Amino acid sequence: MKFRKAIEKFSESILFASSTVTTIAVLFIVFFLFKSGMGLFSASPLEDGYALAVNASNPVKQLTSRQIKDIFNGDVTNWKEVGGSDDAIQLFTIDELSSNYTEEQLGASLEHIPACVNDYVSKNKGVFAFFEKRFLDKSFSGRMVKVPNITLAEFLNGREWYPTATPVAQFGVLPLILGTLWVTFLAILIAIPVGLITAIYLAEIAGDRMRRFLKPVIELLAGIPSIVYGFFGLVVIVPFLQQLFNLPVGETALAGSLVLAIMALPTIITIAEDAIRSAPVSLKEASLALGASHWQSLSRVVIPYAKSGILAAFILGIGRAIGETMAVLLVTGNAATMPSSVLEPVRTIPATIAGELGEAPFGGTHFKALFALGIILFIITFVFNTLVEVIKSKKSS
Amino acid sequence: MQGFRLSKKTNQLLAFNLFRLVSFMVVASLFLILGFIIINGISVINWDFLTKAPSNNGTEGGIMPAIVGTLLLVLGSIIFAFPIGVLSGIYINEYLKENWFKKIVRSMTNNLSGVPSIVFGLFGMALFVHTLNFGDSLIAGSLTLGLMVLPIIIRTTEEALKSVDDSLRQGSYALGATKLQTIRKVVLPVCYPNIVTGLILSVSRVSGETAPILFTCAASFLPRLPHSIFDQVMALPYHLYVLIVSGTDLEKARPMAYGTAFVLIALVLFVNLFANAVRNYFIKKSK
Repeated sequence: MKFRKAIEKFSESILFASSTVTTIAVLFIVFFLFKSGMGLFSASPLEDGYALAVNASNPVKQLTSRQIKDIFNGDVTNWKEVGGSDDAIQLFTIDELSSNYTEEQLGASLEHIPACVNDYVSKNKGVFAFFEKRFLDKSFSGRMVKVPNITLAEFLNGREWYPTATPVAQFGVLPLILGTLWVTFLAILIAIPVGLITAIYLAEIAGDRMRRFLKPVIELLAGIPSIVYGFFGLVVIVPFLQQLFNLPVGETALAGSLVLAIMALPTIITIAEDAIRSAPVSLKEASLALGASHWQSLSRVVIPYAKSGILAAFILGIGRAIGETMAVLLVTGNAATMPSSVLEPVRTIPATIAGELGEAPFGGTHFKALFALGIILFIITFVFNTLVEVIKSKKSS
Repeated sequence: MQGFRLSKKTNQLLAFNLFRLVSFMVVASLFLILGFIIINGISVINWDFLTKAPSNNGTEGGIMPAIVGTLLLVLGSIIFAFPIGVLSGIYINEYLKENWFKKIVRSMTNNLSGVPSIVFGLFGMALFVHTLNFGDSLIAGSLTLGLMVLPIIIRTTEEALKSVDDSLRQGSYALGATKLQTIRKVVLPVCYPNIVTGLILSVSRVSGETAPILFTCAASFLPRLPHSIFDQVMALPYHLYVLIVSGTDLEKARPMAYGTAFVLIALVLFVNLFANAVRNYFIKKSK
């Protein structure tokens, strides 16, 4: 008896231990994701190991990453435009040393570069120098320009995503969010009516044998890996769209939407069908007894009854479409620009993570930015899941 | 207006036929995709394709290391995720009292089971590959995939346990059985078909995922088997991705890509059908 009690205690502690491990793992994933992603907002967009400097007489102390980008692109050419004095901006990088200084001045093994940089910056009033920190002279007379850390507003409102641009990277997530929304929205516009109709057909119209054949087939198709759907999209849908609309490239938002719609269909159909079938038969029978046709009973009694379950199916379908990575990566063309038409390449958030994580150095600003994208995905999932939970609990109460 | 109104019979006929048409189009398009891959892929399949390593940048040879790699990844992830997942599911459903803690745990596992797989890839890369310094390895990939299916396994287990009528538990207690005895001898025997089916389906999920292994374990071209759990592996879905986008001669690699897609689909469908068969077997047996 004592032995049995010991076993009972032991088993219970194993169960407890494993659920503790799970809980800790789950909480840790969320914590880790947020910690790494939030690191973006205490990171500088300036390339690691580089410095920006101006002449000591220049009143400009701080420049936003956008201003710096405009200056280096040549869109801003006078210090006046960024709050300085009326001087033309003179860009300077290490490459320009050789045209201004002789080999002798630079030194045989280029050991005098820091001195030359210092000399150049102190002599030119309008200079804006971008160079590696190791070329910073000990007695540097210019003034370093501060670049403020990336802010949440910049991240969410920025219209440019150039994570590897020099001298400053641009982490504007707006084109990615819009790309994701466009692709997803169009996909559900196709998938929801088609999915609902198929679910109704399966649940109410199809004969028993037809249903018993189709239901498992559709469930089976939900299991096909997304990379296979993407492959199909790339070799069939993309060339088809390119020919149909006479496009320069077939990899477009529309291609992504079509693939996503096909992928989301099995999920939507299966869950919506379950919801429709869960409507009590007595409801339908009462409606039929009142003289309504089958179709009238369906459209005015059964489907209104099942609407919360159908809604849950839609939301789960959307949630799946938003997070889908590989298929979208293959067929949308991945241009990180603000989308202006569904027939243009776009880039979604998951595709950005998958496409760029390989090249982002571990722990760098770009890496943190990708984690911040991961947080956005997590939050979207959280919202959608909570919606489903709320709908479900409303239904049961 | 009254004159234009269709009779309720015509109305029904129109609606039902439209629904039928749309449904057949959906099923046809899904079959089209499957058929397209199968027809293009099956001609590539032969003994050499299944048993040889890829050569010449994936344009020749076979996909044996990718098949073995996928099987190893599945094995690695289920060794980690099955026991912990099922045991946690049992603990959460049978032992935890209905309170805020249970609510938090449940909502967290719910959420994680819906989080896009690329987020797990992101996490796995940062934690296993870099922070724990496993490098791109079989173990990092297995753990990442395991974490991905863990919430799904917990949910499946919980759903299965919830479906067991409470009167069964109470009957068992009334006969003097302890909690553990009740779970082991009464509750689990009733619901383990559902748990087993769920577990098999999670295997199919693991074998088809690409995003979590992109940066945690996958070698784009490694014509040999891994030497240890800290070695890189090839995997079917990732190999397919590489053949589609990043080979040196994409046209020449196309047939190989069709063949790989075929094998991947065949594997996943086989696992799914197996799950169905298991479920049907138990349903028959219980009758």
